[in-house]
Amino acid sequence: MALNHTFDLNHPLLEAGLESPVNEDTVHDSFSQLIAEQSDNEGLSDAFELQQLQRDLDEEGQDNVVRLSRRRHDDRDRRKHQRNEEWEDDERQTDTLMGEQWSSDTLKVLSSMPSRTIGRSRGAIISQYYNRTMQLRRRRQSRPSIRDFSRSARPSIRGYGIEADITDAEGVEVSKRDRLVNNLQNLSVSDRVRMLRAMPLSVAEKSELRRLALQKERHSHSGRRIPCCSQLKYYIIIALRHSWYSWLSFLHSLQLWQVALKRVSGRFGTAVLSYFLFLKTLLFFNLLLFLVTGVFLVLPQAVHPPLLLDGRRRFSGLELLTGAGYFSDTVMYYGYYCNYTLHRSCRDNGGEPNMSVSNGTRLDCVLGHLSYKMPLAYFFTIGVAFFITCIILVYSMSKSFGQSFTIDKSHSILAMKVFCSWDFKVIKKTSVKLMSENIFIQLKELLAEVSYKSVQNTTCQKLGRLMVHGLAWAICIANTAACVFGVCRFSEYMHQNLQQSSRADLAAKNPLLNEASLLAVPVLVSLINLLLPGLFNLAAWMEDYDSPSVPTYVSISRNLMLKVSVLAVLCYHWLGRVAADPESIGLTCWETFVGQELYRFLLMDFIFILLDTLFGEFLWRLFSEKVLKRRRKPVFDIARNVLELIYGQTLAWLGVLFTPLLPAVQILKLFLLFYIKKSSVMMNCQAPRKPYRVSQMTTIFITLLCFPSFLGASVCVTYTMWSITPSTSCGPFRELKTMFQAGKRWVEELQKDNPNLSALAMAHAYLVENPLFLFVGAGIFLIVIYFHSQVVDGQRKIINLLQEHIENEGEDKKFLITRLQFIHEQNRTHTRRVKSQDSSC
Amino acid sequence: MGNKQTIFTDEQLDAYQDCTFFTRKEILRLHGRYHELAPHLVPMDYTNDPDCKLPLALIVNMPELKENPFRNRIVEAFSEDGAGNLSFNEFVDMFSVLSEMAPRELKAIYAFKIYDFNVDNYLCKEDLEKTLNKLTKEELTPEEVELVCEKTIEEADLDGDNKLSFTDFENMISRAPDFLSTFHIRI
Repeated sequence: MALNHTFDLNHPLLEAGLESPVNEDTVHDSFSQLIAEQSDNEGLSDAFELQQLQRDLDEEGQDNVVRLSRRRHDDRDRRKHQRNEEWEDDERQTDTLMGEQWSSDTLKVLSSMPSRTIGRSRGAIISQYYNRTMQLRRRRQSRPSIRDFSRSARPSIRGYGIEADITDAEGVEVSKRDRLVNNLQNLSVSDRVRMLRAMPLSVAEKSELRRLALQKERHSHSGRRIPCCSQLKYYIIIALRHSWYSWLSFLHSLQLWQVALKRVSGRFGTAVLSYFLFLKTLLFFNLLLFLVTGVFLVLPQAVHPPLLLDGRRRFSGLELLTGAGYFSDTVMYYGYYCNYTLHRSCRDNGGEPNMSVSNGTRLDCVLGHLSYKMPLAYFFTIGVAFFITCIILVYSMSKSFGQSFTIDKSHSILAMKVFCSWDFKVIKKTSVKLMSENIFIQLKELLAEVSYKSVQNTTCQKLGRLMVHGLAWAICIANTAACVFGVCRFSEYMHQNLQQSSRADLAAKNPLLNEASLLAVPVLVSLINLLLPGLFNLAAWMEDYDSPSVPTYVSISRNLMLKVSVLAVLCYHWLGRVAADPESIGLTCWETFVGQELYRFLLMDFIFILLDTLFGEFLWRLFSEKVLKRRRKPVFDIARNVLELIYGQTLAWLGVLFTPLLPAVQILKLFLLFYIKKSSVMMNCQAPRKPYRVSQMTTIFITLLCFPSFLGASVCVTYTMWSITPSTSCGPFRELKTMFQAGKRWVEELQKDNPNLSALAMAHAYLVENPLFLFVGAGIFLIVIYFHSQVVDGQRKIINLLQEHIENEGEDKKFLITRLQFIHEQNRTHTRRVKSQDSSC
Repeated sequence: MGNKQTIFTDEQLDAYQDCTFFTRKEILRLHGRYHELAPHLVPMDYTNDPDCKLPLALIVNMPELKENPFRNRIVEAFSEDGAGNLSFNEFVDMFSVLSEMAPRELKAIYAFKIYDFNVDNYLCKEDLEKTLNKLTKEELTPEEVELVCEKTIEEADLDGDNKLSFTDFENMISRAPDFLSTFHIRI
C-alpha cells in the first residue's frame, strides 16, 4: 500500500526530532524501539486518516505533494481534522506540556509511549512477549541458530528501517507471531509453558501459538534426521511430562479442605482465611515430623517389642488425659525404646559388639543381615527431623518476606485502598455489605488523615497518653510476672508433693488421685493462657491507639511475652528440677515423665481452646443476641488464635524427643481444631471490621513460629542431647553419659571394624564434638544473613536510582516532545510563508 | 472414565493445561460449571470447538460473581466482543487469571481492564468515581469522591498526565502485597 509507504517516510523526520541532546543511549533505544514496534501496529488504524489526508493533498495540487508528503501533517486541514477527532477522544486531559496544537508526529510519539501501549493491542503484546522470550533464550544461553528464523526475521543490522518496508500491517503481525512461535519452540518445555501461561492473551490464541510451536518442533524433529538416542530422549521427555502432569493433578486432588476453605473465604475474606491456612501449614509440618519419626523410630520398635519387666497396667480412662499409666510403656514414650541393635538375623549376634543389656530379647531370627541400631536411629532421626523442619521454615519465611515486605516505601496508600482492598473471594451477601462498609470507613479515615495531616497534641496530652501507655504496659508486665512466679512456685510445690508421696509411698495407695494431681500444673498454665489475653485486651482498650495496626502488634508482643516466659519456666522445671534428680520423686525414667507432661500440656491446651470456643464465642454470641439484643456478633481474633497455634506447636516440638508420637497427637488436635473453629466461625462470628494486612501478618506469624518457637524448642532439645545425663535404666541412651555420645560410640565402632575410616572418626571428633564447629556454622549463617541484608539494601538503592531514572526519562521525553512540536511549528510557519508567497505570486 | 474423553480430546486438554493454570480435572469441572449455566445451550461435546457463547446475564449469576460489585466489568474484560458474551475459552481464561497461581503481572493487566470502565486504556477520574461508588455502595458524598479521586491520581500518577496509565497502575500494585491474595476467586 502506497499510503503506508509514504507514511514510513516520516521515520527520518521522527528520528531527527528524537536526536537526544542528552546523549543517553537508553532513552534513544527505548524510544526508537517503541516507535518501530508501534508504528507497524498503528499502521492500519492510521490508514484511514492518511487516505483522507491524501485526498486533501490531491485536491491541493500535484506539485506540493512531494514536499508535503514529507510534512503532510503541517497541512491545516489535517490539523483541523486531527483536532476534531483524535484530540477530542484521546488527548482531552493530557497536556500540561504545551498548548493544544499537536502535530501528528507528536501525537504519534505520544501514542507510542509505553504507558499508552502496554497491554493495549494484540500486536503490542505479541511483540512484548517476543522480546521477552528472546531475553529468556539469551539468558539460557541457547542462542537460536540462524536457520531457525524465517528469512525476514533474521536478526540483522538492517533494523527498523527495513522492518518498515513490510507494507502490510497484517503481514507484520503475522511475521511477529512467527518469530514468537519460533522463540517459543526453542525454549525448554517448562519455560514455554510458563511463558504461555503468563501471556495476557485469550486461551484460543495461546493454544494456537502452542499448536504452531509444537507443530514446528515436530516438523523440525522429523525433518532433520535425528539420531536414535535423541529421539529416545524426546519420547522420554514427553513421557516424563505426562507423568509429571498426572502427578500434579493427583497432588491437587489431595488438597485438603478445599471446599471448607472456599466457604470460609467466601464469607470472611482473606484475613480469617489466613488463620486456617496457617493451621494447615502446621498440620503439614507435623505430618512431616510424624512420617520421619514414625518410619524410623516407631515402626521398627513396634515390630520388635522389647520384653517388659512388669505387666501392662490396666486401662482406666484417665490415661487419655494424663498420658501416664497404661500408655507409659508403649511406643509413645522415650522409655520404651531399646538401646540395642534390632536384628533380622541370629547368626551375627555373637560377633556384634553391641551394648545390649537385655540379651534375652533376641528378636525373630528369620533371615538376612539387617540390623538397626536403635540409639543411633533415635539420635539421627530427631536431628534430621529438626534439620528438615528448620530448612522448610527458613525457606518459607524468606519467601513470605519477599512477598510481603516491599522494599520501597512510598505513600500511595489511598490508591492501594481504592484498587486493592476489594476481596474478590468474598461471595456472601452480608459479608459483601460489611466489606463495603469497612472500605467506606477506612476511606473516610484516610481522607481525614490526608486533609488534616496531624493534629498537634499539647505536651500535656502527650504526657497523659504516655502515662496511660506506661500504666497499661506496667499492668501487663506485672500480671505476666505474677503468673510466671505463680507457675514457678506451684510447679515447685507439686514437685515437693511428689517427692513426699514417693517417700511415703502414697502412690501405691491411691494411684488414680496421684495421677490426677499431675494435671494441676497444665490446667493452671492453660487457665493463665486463656485469661490473661482477656486482660491484655482490656489494657489495650484503655490505651486507645490512633493507628489501627499498632494495637495488633502490641497485643501480639504481650501475648508472646507471656507464653515465652511461661514456657521458659516450664523448661527450667523439667530440665532443671526433674531431670537433675529424678530419683527424688521416684522416677526411673524422667524422659518418659517429661514426655507425659508435654502430652498433658498439649491436651489441656486443646481442651481450653475448646472451652474458649464454647464460652467465648458460642455462649457469648447467644448472650449478646438474646440478652443484650445486639445484632453484632463477636469478631474472630485472628492474632490471638494464631498465637495459640504457635504455642501448641512449640509444645509439640519440645516433646518430640521424649514422645516420638507427639506429632501424631498434634495432628489429631489440629484436625479437630480445624473443624471446630470452622463451624464456630461460621456460626458465631462476623468478619473483622479492622483492616488487616494479611501477607504482612502471615510473615510475622511465620517468623514467630521460626524464631522464638522453633528456635527455643531446638535449643532445649539440643541442650538435652548434649549435656543432660539420660536415665540409666530406660530408653535408647541408657549407659551413656549424654545422648550425643551415641554417635561417638558408633564412629568409634566403625573405626574399630574398619581402620580405613579413621578419617571419618577424625572428622566426627573435630566437627561434631568441637564447639568451634558450631561457632563457625553459626558464623557462616550470620554472614549469609548479613549478605542478604546487604543485597536488599543494594536493591533499595537501585530502586531509588531507577525511580530517579524514570523521572529523568520522563523529563527527557517531555523535552523531546516540546522540541518536536517546536520543529513542527517552525515548519508550519515556513510552509505558510511559502504558501502566502505562492498565492501572492 | 468414558465421558472424560467425549468432552475434550487429549490434545485439547493438554493445550488447556499448558495455556492456563488449571489441571485436567479442573478444566472438566469448569466445563461442568459452564454447562450448568445453560444446559440447553452448551454442548457436552467440545472436541470440534463448537461456537457457543453465553451472555453476560447468565455468567454474572454464578455464586462466585453474584455479589461482586465489579461482576459486569470482570466478565466484560474477558469477553472478546466487549459486550460480555463469553465462550468457554474465555470463561476458562477468566478463572485462570483469577486463580491462585496466576502471576502478579497477568493479574494486574486484567485488574486494570476491570477498573477501566470506559475502555479508554486509562484510569481517569470517571473510572475512579465509578470504582469508588461500587466499592462503597455509593455511600461517599460527591465531594468526598472528588477528593479521593484527586488524591489517588496524585499519589499514583508517575508521568503527570492526570490519569493512571497501566504503568502507573502496575507500579502501584507492585507495592500492595495483598493484591495477589485478594484478586483471587476460588472456583
